[in-house]
Amino acid sequence: MNIAVQCEELAKTFEKKNRVIALDRVSFTVEKHEIFGIVGPNGSGKSTLIRILSTLLIPDTGWARIFGHDVVRQYGRVRPCINRVSVDAAFFKGISAWENLRYAARLYGLSSGVAKERTLEILDRLGFERKRYYEPLEDLSRGMQQKVAIARAFFTAPMLLLLDEPTTGLDPRSKLDVQEYVRRSMNQDGLTIILTTHDMHEAESLCDRVAIIINGRFVTMGKPSELLARYKKNNLEEVFLEVTGREWKEIEYES
Amino acid sequence: MNPRGHAYGSIAFIERNFALIKRYIGWELVFLTYNVVNALAIGLIGATMGKDKVLYLVIGAMVWGFLSILFHEISESIAWERWEGTIEYTFMAPISRFVHLIGNCLHAVAYGVVRSTIILLILVVFFGISVEGANLPALFVIFVVSGLSFVGLGLVAAILPLLSTEKGAYATHIFEAVLLLISGVYYEITVLPVWIRPLSYISPATYTLRAMRAALLDGASFSELLPTILLLLAIGFVLIPLGMLVFKQAEYYAKKTGKLKRSG
Repeated sequence: MNIAVQCEELAKTFEKKNRVIALDRVSFTVEKHEIFGIVGPNGSGKSTLIRILSTLLIPDTGWARIFGHDVVRQYGRVRPCINRVSVDAAFFKGISAWENLRYAARLYGLSSGVAKERTLEILDRLGFERKRYYEPLEDLSRGMQQKVAIARAFFTAPMLLLLDEPTTGLDPRSKLDVQEYVRRSMNQDGLTIILTTHDMHEAESLCDRVAIIINGRFVTMGKPSELLARYKKNNLEEVFLEVTGREWKEIEYES
Repeated sequence: MNPRGHAYGSIAFIERNFALIKRYIGWELVFLTYNVVNALAIGLIGATMGKDKVLYLVIGAMVWGFLSILFHEISESIAWERWEGTIEYTFMAPISRFVHLIGNCLHAVAYGVVRSTIILLILVVFFGISVEGANLPALFVIFVVSGLSFVGLGLVAAILPLLSTEKGAYATHIFEAVLLLISGVYYEITVLPVWIRPLSYISPATYTLRAMRAALLDGASFSELLPTILLLLAIGFVLIPLGMLVFKQAEYYAKKTGKLKRSG
């Protein structure tokens, strides 16, 4: 079996003031050692999908398996295999990067020695200044906090990484550092990544395959080169316009 | 995960919470000062009514201080994770909920013991309290068994901030305030209106205070205290698994309705 992730007819609705359909019968598979990109505007269902795969949300219908384990019924088997980076670097902001990472290490059964060695290596590669390692996270920039979040996800050596808009809001330098780190990790570690992003260029350059999601539905999916050929377009922004009837720049502006 | 991994898991919460205490040490000093002054003021009110009343009220302040720390720290740790948005990362980590909650409880007990010991020492020196004739070993046993029941209550209360960060925090404080009212912390429960009194009988703090006062003021023996100790033990053995079970159910509900999100 070469399949890392398999989703079949996944659906999720939230009962708020109005009924919100977050995911509408989404089906796809991701092969091992693949970077699978999901692009779509805010509220299109990207984070809902990531939360379901992270075992943090239970779908209404359909199922999802990670390395053959059901994310709802066998979450105990799924959790050691995965980690995640979300758009907001969620940490205990009053304590240092090191204290936050040591906490994460303990949760994954790693000693503080191993945690320090691995995280410093990752942070060095991300261009994070070592002297900031012991400062409270609230004193670090958003870009630096996100680099710590990347280190937290990578240092547990997951088989599947769920990157939920990891570069949104980052300065161009930090964005490039993170993209380069993801690219190099794929070459070296051979893990599997699901990447959601707002950045069409990022999707095109990093991902083996890309799905476009609108209103909880995958409207098209394939290798970037295949999508360009299928719709006879020059870039993914034009593909987006073709399949949704909306300008990507307009969506980005709304976001 | 192997047993060593689970041990690391429990240590994570103790280590993290003490790191947060160290970071906000200024506030810790403020809260400790307030607790000490509050206990001293209550003891001084007792001083106007006779020496016996000083100890009676000081026991109330001490016991309530310890039990409310346990209750508060456990429920607050979930609320804090909700505020920071880290709860999703804790919940997706490969540790059991039992290890997670026990880690928080162990921190609460260690923190409560340190805080309460500091307050006790200050009270003993300030009022020149003599514990001659008191059954001190029984005091320790009562602290431990009543700690179990308050850990259980804390676990039940922790579901409130899990389901709603802000409203949950309000409800937890109200729950704690009601316990203070009904448990006879500073007065005998017989002075409560008759319609409230049944609530006193279901609060473990009522039995803790009764046993503490008997051990300290009357020097009650172990055999005299045994029924109350067994009752507290039984409450703890019911409340802790119940708390775990209720928490698991609340976690399922939160995952079903999407309430684990920072804004949820």
